[in-house]
Amino acid sequence: MARYLARRLVFSLLLVLVVASAALVLTRLAPGDITAEQVGTGVSGRTLAAERVRLGLDRPLARQYLEWVGRAVRLDFGTSLMYGRPVAGLVAERARNTALLAVVALLVATLIGLPLGVVAGSRRGVASTLIRSGSVLALSLPSLVSSLLLVFLAARTGWLPTGGMTSLDPGAGGWFASLVDLARHLVLPAAALALPLSATIERLQARAVADTLREPFVVAALARGVPASRVLWRSALKPALRPVTAIYGLVFGSLLSGSFVVEIVTSWPGLGRLMFDALRSRDLYLVAGCAAAGGAFLALGGLLSDLALAIVDPRLRGSAEADS
Amino acid sequence: MKRAGWVVLVGMALVALVAPLLTPHTPGERFADRLYAPPMRPHIIDADGRWRAPFVYPVQLVDRLERRYEEDRAHPIQLRWFSGGVLVGVVTGDGTPWLPLGGDGSGRDVFARLVYGARLSLGVALIATLGALLIGTLVGGAAGVAGGLVDDGLMRLSDFVLVLPAMYVVLALRAAMPLVLATPAVFALVAGIMAMVGWPLVARGVRAIVAAERDRDYAQAARSLGMGRPRLLVRHLLPAARGYLATQATLLLPGFILAEATLSYVGLGFPDPEASWGSMLQEAATIAAIADAPWTLAPALAIFAVVLAVNLIVQAPEFAAVPGLGAGCEDPACSAKTPTTLSRAR
Repeated sequence: MARYLARRLVFSLLLVLVVASAALVLTRLAPGDITAEQVGTGVSGRTLAAERVRLGLDRPLARQYLEWVGRAVRLDFGTSLMYGRPVAGLVAERARNTALLAVVALLVATLIGLPLGVVAGSRRGVASTLIRSGSVLALSLPSLVSSLLLVFLAARTGWLPTGGMTSLDPGAGGWFASLVDLARHLVLPAAALALPLSATIERLQARAVADTLREPFVVAALARGVPASRVLWRSALKPALRPVTAIYGLVFGSLLSGSFVVEIVTSWPGLGRLMFDALRSRDLYLVAGCAAAGGAFLALGGLLSDLALAIVDPRLRGSAEADS
Repeated sequence: MKRAGWVVLVGMALVALVAPLLTPHTPGERFADRLYAPPMRPHIIDADGRWRAPFVYPVQLVDRLERRYEEDRAHPIQLRWFSGGVLVGVVTGDGTPWLPLGGDGSGRDVFARLVYGARLSLGVALIATLGALLIGTLVGGAAGVAGGLVDDGLMRLSDFVLVLPAMYVVLALRAAMPLVLATPAVFALVAGIMAMVGWPLVARGVRAIVAAERDRDYAQAARSLGMGRPRLLVRHLLPAARGYLATQATLLLPGFILAEATLSYVGLGFPDPEASWGSMLQEAATIAAIADAPWTLAPALAIFAVVLAVNLIVQAPEFAAVPGLGAGCEDPACSAKTPTTLSRAR
């Protein structure tokens, strides 16, 4: 297991490095003069040259890249050109917000999708048809559409704040009030993100349960007189969790993609917005920092998904060491 | 249900094709007094409660500052079929426009923009889908036939692209290109970028099918008769992947429509005067516009309709009877598990 984890860690670091490097190089190679865009118009040639040196853009790409890598391994990701602050601090702050959003959405989606999936996969009748129709509808509400519709509802009813993460005066009523305030702001983006995801989980879980119930051990358990509900929620549930657990690694990627849209629509100050702003203003160190954070996110998701799989499926515990 | 899905998809494509026949207005046409004008719904019962042929009430700007509009109930306008070169429209002396879905922030006809926008949105998604299928088939086919190191390398690559969050890759690639481009260039660029992100699942599936078929007797026979590998691949192995490719196409298409919408929504896709579903959603970028002029969200509903249609087609088999608890399995066919694809987690 230790060897497996070590390999996994090396792969993760490699993923982070590759993603961040690609983002840096891509941004640098894009047409246009980054220095001129940062400084703005109407400055003398000498100021421009001085600024170019200060930003490290006077050196050839390879030099600049190697220097960046050299500092990045010491966790110094440079300074944002746009904000004039260290990239690490900026990214950490925004990554925390995105993580909060993504984890809450994932939890909500799992808590809704899994039980509904078990019900829909094990029963015939009205309930199951309703669940299935509901999830086909929810599946058809990708986060761009769902967040726009939810913002519309919130704006019309005034029940929930339509954007941002805190009210103007968050600390007014003590920590509890600010927590409630945060939760109220979280509802809309989290719901927009969780809605299609819960449907995905429900569909997958329903199919897995339906497949598992055909296994001989279920028939055997029923034949021994084990109550049907116990068979369903105890014996059959665990093996049926495998497909859903297996997609968690991929879900993290789509959560990141989905949260980008949601963050833009609902003005949630997360990594997606930061990355987008950085890309638009060609703030290359910030782009690389965001990409690194995103890569770390993905690697973590993959790792957690693998660990969860090993818990759900005992057969994998031995083979994980064998094949990797 | 499957049929309903196809009807919607084909209907959308038809609408895109015959867009000029559906509306007298062009997507760029601005009506000065119709900024955020409300939709003009066709009526069949007039103010006195009498039935009559479909008509609309003209809308008049009452307060320019508050953008308040009122229906002029006294002067209903008859809808005319097949007049002026369009399916249905209005004929008035003073040239009052009929905006069935209201006006946007620049006073343009939302309906006209929606049907013309379908051309760009569906077109770019269609081209991107074909591109992704082509790349995926080439990569998967090569990996499946070659085996060994080539196979390993190509599959590692596609796994890598697969775990990347697609939206960010699209964003980063798009942001690395010049921002202001002519529409055909944007079209080609966006389609190309989306194809480059969408191919891995196709490649993995094609590789699995080709690798399995390669060892079948007929393929071995063809090989021993002296058929070369490329020819074997094209003539015998790839046709086996046809069904899979069709499924993948239906899964990729809505994803690409959505990707275009997202790109244009954030300002990296089709620029504003151009009508695509994404660039139209830019109108809905402020809370005030969404709350006061919800008809600017019409493209979001169009996207919903397309995705729903695809889901109805793809999910139809799932709606077949569930065996239920302990039903067992007498029919050997029912235990054959369908390969689990990650259907649209995005």
